[in-house]
Amino acid sequence: MRSDLRHRLVRLGPFVGLLLVVGFFAIASGAPERYLSANNLRVVLAQTVIVAIGAIGMTLVIVGGGIDLAVGSTIALTGVLCALAVRDGWAPGLAVLLAVLTGGLVGLVSALAITRLRVVPFIATLGMLGVARGTAKWLASQTTVNVPPTWISELAVTFPPVPWMLFAPGVWITLVLAVLMAFVLRRTVFGRRVFALGSNEAAARACGIAIDRLKLAIYGTAGLFVGLAGVMQMSRLRQGDPTVAAGTELDVIAAVVIGGGSLNGGEGSILGSMVGALVMAFLRNGSQQMGWPTYVQEILIGVIIVVAVAVDRWRHAQGGGE
Amino acid sequence: MTLALRLSAIVHRFGATVALDRASLEVRPGEVHALLGENGAGKSTLLGILGGLLVPESGTMEVGGTPYAPRSPRDARDRGIALIHQELSLFPHLTVAENVLMGTEPSRRGLWDHAEAGRLTQAVLAEFGHPEIDPDATVGRLPIGARQVVEICRAIAARARVVLMDEPTSSLPRGDVERLFATIGRLSAAGVAVVYISHFLEETRAVASAFTVLRDGRTVGGGPLSDVANDQLIGLMVGRTVSELFHRRPGGPSGETALEVADLAAPGLHEASFTLRRGEVLGVFGLMGSGRTEMVRALFGLARPARGRVSVGGRERPLLAGPAARLGDGVGYLSEDRKGEGLALPLSVADNVTVTRLRSCSRHGLIDPALQRRQSAERAEELQVRMRDPGQAVRTLSGGNQQKVAFARLVHQDADILLLDEPTRGIDVGSKAQIYEAVARAAAAGKGVLMVSSYLPELLGVCDRLAVMSRGRLSPARPVAEWTPEKALEAAIGA
Repeated sequence: MRSDLRHRLVRLGPFVGLLLVVGFFAIASGAPERYLSANNLRVVLAQTVIVAIGAIGMTLVIVGGGIDLAVGSTIALTGVLCALAVRDGWAPGLAVLLAVLTGGLVGLVSALAITRLRVVPFIATLGMLGVARGTAKWLASQTTVNVPPTWISELAVTFPPVPWMLFAPGVWITLVLAVLMAFVLRRTVFGRRVFALGSNEAAARACGIAIDRLKLAIYGTAGLFVGLAGVMQMSRLRQGDPTVAAGTELDVIAAVVIGGGSLNGGEGSILGSMVGALVMAFLRNGSQQMGWPTYVQEILIGVIIVVAVAVDRWRHAQGGGE
Repeated sequence: MTLALRLSAIVHRFGATVALDRASLEVRPGEVHALLGENGAGKSTLLGILGGLLVPESGTMEVGGTPYAPRSPRDARDRGIALIHQELSLFPHLTVAENVLMGTEPSRRGLWDHAEAGRLTQAVLAEFGHPEIDPDATVGRLPIGARQVVEICRAIAARARVVLMDEPTSSLPRGDVERLFATIGRLSAAGVAVVYISHFLEETRAVASAFTVLRDGRTVGGGPLSDVANDQLIGLMVGRTVSELFHRRPGGPSGETALEVADLAAPGLHEASFTLRRGEVLGVFGLMGSGRTEMVRALFGLARPARGRVSVGGRERPLLAGPAARLGDGVGYLSEDRKGEGLALPLSVADNVTVTRLRSCSRHGLIDPALQRRQSAERAEELQVRMRDPGQAVRTLSGGNQQKVAFARLVHQDADILLLDEPTRGIDVGSKAQIYEAVARAAAAGKGVLMVSSYLPELLGVCDRLAVMSRGRLSPARPVAEWTPEKALEAAIGA
């Protein structure tokens, strides 16, 4: 009973962090009613969409004991593809589908390198980071791709196109996908097998799980999310930029890790990752409101990542876990 | 009668090493079949092939009279073959139910059926006599004995026709060993064939009815177990008899005090006091969880003692010293966890042997590789490590040879006091004999040896005096002649 309670507290960790960050800036800004206003919340959430969608896929990858470093450049690649398709007169829906499927394909290729060539995920996706970035620049002829306005441009805006939506459509899409993936991870056979794979790959193999196929499914699915994040990126910029989102993979990984994900696999939750993404977004937003220079934000986020993981380790040690 | 299993002329290689050289095995339904042999004889490889983890180079296999050629663990499972591994292969982050049913999970349209999983798991746990384990408990939080129970329940849940067990009792407390034997009995009565690997011959006799002995990848003998005596079996395994195993040294210890421990307490250890003299082998017998490992770790500075006094060579030393200070005092430590902390597996034999005394082969802080190789080769030869080259990664050696490398490090360190925690755990008979020899040599050279073990025959064979650890308390040490196996076990169980 007591350990059950403690277990719950462990899960609450990221929330406590989020409350601390929000509370700190609400007070420090001297104008809590402005910092906590609906408008500022819209700003923060719209800024979180790209990292949050990426983090849904990354949670799957990290829980399964892998890593994906190609997220940032895949976002650029799929954003450029989406822009090119819209510019060439495709229906916006098809352009979005193209971007999402391309993201999935990139994930599949990484997974093939991991399973067929026996390259560790870090290296396979490091290679893909270069390949995707280069391909994006090639397709975009090393320049930005301007697009005529369509509904895609409304997805990740700060203020929704219709007031009753309250938040940008991208925010709602993120929420629905997060709930869906949380369900998949917790309740489906596929989800439990992902945990099993990350917890002990040799044992998963010995249990008769088709490891290679599972990895293809994990990286492929995660890639679909990265593709959607690329669409959101294009929506925010209203153009396809092949140089955008450099280093976004690190924000995405940080979100998962702040949310309790372990790079050793077997641990992590969608809810935690979403909270992790919000922690970083509120931190950035708060620093801006305070008029702090960006280097302060960078230092702060760096410290937060290490502190979050250290606190997590400490709680595990207290909880008597391994 | 149709055989449950029939393997003939199985050949398997790892690189240049021939692991199996036309090995064969025949098991009848409902038979508990002991697979015996030294480490490196090919037992685990053979089970790996049966379990679909390895694909043999050549040879034929039949299950229930029909050809069998698994290419993955999944194929093996589909043919009713379950493998319980030597090393725990659990998912620490998942629940007991998920661990037991992973791969055969009850589901409806891809959704994990939580209620059904709990029911199935509860039934299997009850069958194995552990209804108290909660199917929803996270496995990483269970004690190690309970984890092994989960592992075994996985095979029971698979309803296999052939169950392969690779040292299933290595981390099981006594009560569970008996439960396991009862379960094996039930499986066998239900017509399931069990292939059983263990290094404990006594245990093997208690459970198995037939045996096959492998040596150097070949089947060298087999038949009903009741027809052969233990020393015949060992003779088949190594070509030596059991009386040659232990190296009794004439005369008792007479040296000065090497290590004096008074009133030592640490987490998991209530009280331990003893004196270890030079030239003496002092045994500590205790069951798992008795505090024996905690005592050695506290002595070597790997755990924090709560109180007590420690003197080395007559001089009192700080109680809270770390391993570096203990090494400086001339104390050497052999961990019970060879792979986890005993050795740096990816590093070479030379690095592993010399690491605690690199000064011996370096000048001005630079290591002389030729000297390091020469020194480590000498030590390795002394321990009869079977290897190609001192530059070879320790990982590529068999378990017994790895352990000899770990011991060679203590020899190289030239420690005055040797703390040995389960020095022969999970290694083959031949390597055991060589470790015993090395212990005897160290004592003869005037070292003080503290040997902790849960294997009574070796303690009674090797030690001068024996103390028993029970529930965190160490009994006074008495000469081994005053102990019998029954008395020692009684003291350990704390009856």
